[in-house]
Amino acid sequence: MLYFDKVSKKYADDSVAIEDISFSIEPKEFVSIVGHSGAGKTTLLKMILAEEKPSEGEVFFESLNIHKLGRDEMNKFRQRVGTVFQDFRLLPNKTVYENIAFAMEVSGRSEEDIESDVPHVLELVDLGDKMWNFPGELSGGERQRVAIARAIVNQPDIIIADEPTGNLDPINTYEIVQIFKKINDLGTTVILTTHNKGVIDSLKQRVITMDRGRIIRDDPQGKYIL
Amino acid sequence: MNWLTAQRIIKSGFVNFWRSGFVSLASVLVMTTTLLVIAGLIFTNTFLNTTLNQIKEKVDINVYFLPDAPTPDIFALRSALETLPEVLTVEYVTRDQAELAFREKFKDDETKIQALDLLDDNPFGGRFNIRAQDPSQYEGIATFLESNSAIAQNDTVIIESVTYAETKIVIDRLSHIIDTIEILGLIVSAIFLVMSVLITFNTIRLAIYISREEISVMQLVGASNSYVRGPFVVSGIMYGFVAGILTLVILYPLTYWLGPKSARLFIDVNVFNYYVSNFGEIFLIIMVSGIALGSVSSYLAVRRYLKV
Repeated sequence: MLYFDKVSKKYADDSVAIEDISFSIEPKEFVSIVGHSGAGKTTLLKMILAEEKPSEGEVFFESLNIHKLGRDEMNKFRQRVGTVFQDFRLLPNKTVYENIAFAMEVSGRSEEDIESDVPHVLELVDLGDKMWNFPGELSGGERQRVAIARAIVNQPDIIIADEPTGNLDPINTYEIVQIFKKINDLGTTVILTTHNKGVIDSLKQRVITMDRGRIIRDDPQGKYIL
Repeated sequence: MNWLTAQRIIKSGFVNFWRSGFVSLASVLVMTTTLLVIAGLIFTNTFLNTTLNQIKEKVDINVYFLPDAPTPDIFALRSALETLPEVLTVEYVTRDQAELAFREKFKDDETKIQALDLLDDNPFGGRFNIRAQDPSQYEGIATFLESNSAIAQNDTVIIESVTYAETKIVIDRLSHIIDTIEILGLIVSAIFLVMSVLITFNTIRLAIYISREEISVMQLVGASNSYVRGPFVVSGIMYGFVAGILTLVILYPLTYWLGPKSARLFIDVNVFNYYVSNFGEIFLIIMVSGIALGSVSSYLAVRRYLKV
């Protein structure tokens, strides 16, 4: 489904974020990427979202070379990817409902679809009663659940979560991880970066360990080993 | 872009404008200031031009005929003058009209009236009051009049004097002042306009800078550039629209207050009367300027943050 082919990322000041990485992710996999700060986890995710271009190598999503997509193809590709970030990245001037509806609107979904799917997906993340609140009126855990609802509402092929529990307390962390597990059980590929040892160890899924831009371990049912 | 997308963009633009409260208010106020400057430039230029035109209209050259100048010769000269492209109008004051004007002017001066009555015949000759298209063209008309063909119609001298020599200095000075004021007005207007537009552009850019994270999020969920940019452009149009209305509302009491003052400063031009009688035109200029400024500024400002 996703394939990194000898990918490197070097910046103008010669610093290396990623060095000669090759790996693939199959459909329905749950992959955690771990590593110290600066190991290259976020850069790797940004490459999947085409926020960063590799200096060398190529990144494929199915048969698409992500960094050679045109503008329209890129928009369509991004509609197939759900994203969740540590800082939530919700639209502050839109309500919870509107934040989720926005993701559907850009996919060209009808008003009828939006009116039926948004409340449904909010019930899934247990935020049915916060539909008309603004992000600023929610707790960190609630905001992250809104971000997850937005990520899954278009039934994406893959969900990318960059440190989604980084700003959350243990209870919210547990709840968010359970939601990701449920999403994965329903057939969506999940790629997660985290520093949280407890999360990784409880998942018992594939773990890719990075250090200074390189993959140093890739364990099918790994643990947090750093 | 289909109609549903357009509807969503317009709605989102309106909602953003309303919810961005303080940022929208600041943008509208800055844009209102810009539109007031534009309105001020319109008024100033109009009044300057009106005043200059009125001054120009007061300038003419006079051709005084000998009392015994034959009327056919005078009419022949008028026809010749009217064929000149520089000549705007030729007003003929007959001998009788000249006498009447003298009597009217000095009706309270018995000595002068009695002196006139003592004369057997009307001592006044006829007169042409000639106005040129432009003050700079009087010299050409004067040269024409001083030429033999003009003065001696059918070999008879009919012109007693031409006042051009006396008024030349005034005309030259006036032409110079008019040219200078026009150029200065243009430069000052351009400077004010550019400054105002830049201030507005920067304000809107700042308003959109605040939303740069939102723009990147919109792109990450797969929104096209036009879908991201659209609501900001609609908000920009709203800034321009509201600022335009605000400007037109402010102008009403402002011009009412300035009306009598402007009538004294400029020759009989009341800024309030001008505003009311030209409201349609001013409305169009202000609204189009505001909406164009808001939409173009937003379009350019968002472009900076649109990266695939």
